[in-house]
Amino acid sequence: MSLLAIENLSLQIGDTDILHDVGLSVTPGQIVAITGESGSGKSMTALSVMGLLPRGAKATGQIKLDGTDILQTAERDLCQMRGNAMGMVFQEPMTALNPVQTIGAQVAETILVHEKTTKADAYERAARMLERVGLKVAPTRYPHELSGGQRQRVVIAMAIALRPKLLIADEPTTALDVTTQARILDLLKDLVQDFDMGLLLITHDLAVVADIADKIVVMQKGRVVETGPTQDLLANMQHLYTKALFEASGHQVDLPDNTAVRTGSVQLLYAKHIVRDYALPRKSLLGSRPAFRALDDVSFHIDHGERVGLVGESGCGKSTLTRAILGLEDVQGGEIRLDGEPVFSAGSNLAVRRKMQVVFQDPYGSFNPRHRVDRLITEPFHLLENPPTGMARDTAISKALQDVGLSPDDAGKYIHEFSGGQRQRIAIARALIIAPELIIFDEAVSALDVSVRAQVLDLIADLCRKRPLAYLFISHDLSVVRTVTDRVMVMQAGQIVEQGATEEVFVNPQHPYTQTLIAAAPKLPELPYAVETI
Amino acid sequence: MSRNLIIGSALSALFVALAVISFLWTPYDIETLDIPNKLQSPSALNLLGTDQFGRDILSMIMMGARTSIAVALLAVGIGMALGIPLGLLAAARHGSLLDELIMRGNDLVFAFPSLVIAILITAVFGASAVNAIIAIGIFNIPVFARLTRGAALPLWERDFILAARVCGKSATRISVEHILPNITNLMIVQGTIQFSLGILAEAALSYIGLGAQPPTASWGRMLADAQTLVSIAPHTALVPGFAILFMVLGLNLLGDGLRDWLDPRIRVART
Repeated sequence: MSLLAIENLSLQIGDTDILHDVGLSVTPGQIVAITGESGSGKSMTALSVMGLLPRGAKATGQIKLDGTDILQTAERDLCQMRGNAMGMVFQEPMTALNPVQTIGAQVAETILVHEKTTKADAYERAARMLERVGLKVAPTRYPHELSGGQRQRVVIAMAIALRPKLLIADEPTTALDVTTQARILDLLKDLVQDFDMGLLLITHDLAVVADIADKIVVMQKGRVVETGPTQDLLANMQHLYTKALFEASGHQVDLPDNTAVRTGSVQLLYAKHIVRDYALPRKSLLGSRPAFRALDDVSFHIDHGERVGLVGESGCGKSTLTRAILGLEDVQGGEIRLDGEPVFSAGSNLAVRRKMQVVFQDPYGSFNPRHRVDRLITEPFHLLENPPTGMARDTAISKALQDVGLSPDDAGKYIHEFSGGQRQRIAIARALIIAPELIIFDEAVSALDVSVRAQVLDLIADLCRKRPLAYLFISHDLSVVRTVTDRVMVMQAGQIVEQGATEEVFVNPQHPYTQTLIAAAPKLPELPYAVETI
Repeated sequence: MSRNLIIGSALSALFVALAVISFLWTPYDIETLDIPNKLQSPSALNLLGTDQFGRDILSMIMMGARTSIAVALLAVGIGMALGIPLGLLAAARHGSLLDELIMRGNDLVFAFPSLVIAILITAVFGASAVNAIIAIGIFNIPVFARLTRGAALPLWERDFILAARVCGKSATRISVEHILPNITNLMIVQGTIQFSLGILAEAALSYIGLGAQPPTASWGRMLADAQTLVSIAPHTALVPGFAILFMVLGLNLLGDGLRDWLDPRIRVART
């Protein structure tokens, strides 16, 4: 007897079809993972189960939780069920907690809403639940005192405080670092067994899916395209989309050989003993301002045409390093030189700046929404002494757009007319238009769906083939860094703890932190056969 | 388009139209006195009646609309022209001494009751429409400076600003090219609201005799003149009172409507 049974679920919002004939089931103690790319309808399926559909949504079909049809249940009864019969864990632990309530109070609230019990009893049980999810801090703490992983534990404690039969987790580890992610996944697995709950896990990360799920549901454009027990499905994928998804997740790019370019040339980027301190607020009225050392004696170099990766978890100083290299902020110690010239100077040193460009993570925030594409991608022309005008400018724009696989006609469009992957291509076009020596990819593919990510990575390899390109590829995703770099640096707490040839570091990590990182990263299963690329 | 936007723009357009028409034509000349015809109730001859000197009140309202709109518009202009650059500068130099100076200067202006200072200014430099404009304008500066800085600060954290900095663009250039176009909507909405406050302030200054001087017509002074006549000719007070009310109401509704209309998030939710 299944705990949750969804049958023929279709969903419309306005005139748009969101879900079409979705069916899946979860039994107690089972972990069912819904996976797919953005827009596949996986989150909407989860919200339908919670009865939390947005206004104007029309759902048909059946969602039976323990025999009750959610779609036929009145809102008042649904309130009774939420938290009681089903719990939910959201993606963003930073916003899922109320910042002005202690964590104990927030967990106790779930209990008090549903059960007629004393406050003392609820707090007592909340404390026990927080302990159960592995939180080693007092329940009187406030959310801002906790790390992301600890907060996600609190969110989980809230969701399971009343021991619901079904737990829904919507991308519960996406916002977390790999080492934290591994621990949260272990906790979820453990709770499912211990409480005999059903877990409906929504995630885009196939490595996570393969690692934890008993059953996989693959969704595409609102339809379930393939479903089956994890081992069977991995061993014998039927649908082309499933195959494409797995292929793209483990995508290996074909980097051209660059030894010829590198030999004999001087160092392109050279950083020696960089120190970057940020002043913190005063602790007392007259005391001096304490400093936070974001970069602590960082030294490295990048050769001409060399592709270097930088990995590390959030807060390790990656972004600070990017800003320092780009010359946007001065450093307190050491020096950074690009082709022999210091990158930071009081006035703006256009000669140095035109040798490097950057591609940012967020394809939605990287462009001024009020400018057209031609104006967006020609912004670096500001760095040139004689920027091309008229025909030459149009030719440069067309060429830049074609180089990244877009059409010259796209020059007249606004940025909102493009998808995330296309925007990232435009960001690369902007970075390449003045043919810089060095490009910094700051988590440039992290926000993209796997298939789009694979395409953008291929594009980068392609560009390297056209002309020697040196880049610093910053990412938290080890598998991506491994495939697009020659050399890798590992950063922890403002220091580079290990650097070396990429394969060497991944195969034989020396520093304990590197070893932990590599061990914690979820791995895609080896597919038993070569998957054909589409 | 929301109901607020329609009613607001209709009311505002009505008064702007009255002011524009007054340049070409008014029913009567308001500088000619016609004492025998004083304090007439509204009739076919004088649609809104006449005042204590026999002047046509509709003509006075039309001329007064001109004064009110001119004073408020110029005052908002002063506020925007000085406030927005100050705000952009403070945001561009966030955390610097300059930022502190600008913001503490704002606090200083905010700390005084605006009308009291306006009275002080007009009392020292003499009562005139120009001094009223300056007095009201000064109090618009911190409003726009603060709003601009507040809206610009989060924009400075966005990646497209970083990209522009990587392209070697100066803070001034980024402020004009990237920040300003992204806060225009906000400024239009706030401008509308400050405009309505300007109308009120002008009426208040005129009421106490510190605004535009006779023979220039002004709603505030019409109210002041009618004060002693309320019992015998109530329309002399009601008409300018309602003119102020409807103008301010119209502008507020317009500002509210514009805010909803210009905010893409709300617009998407509605369609």
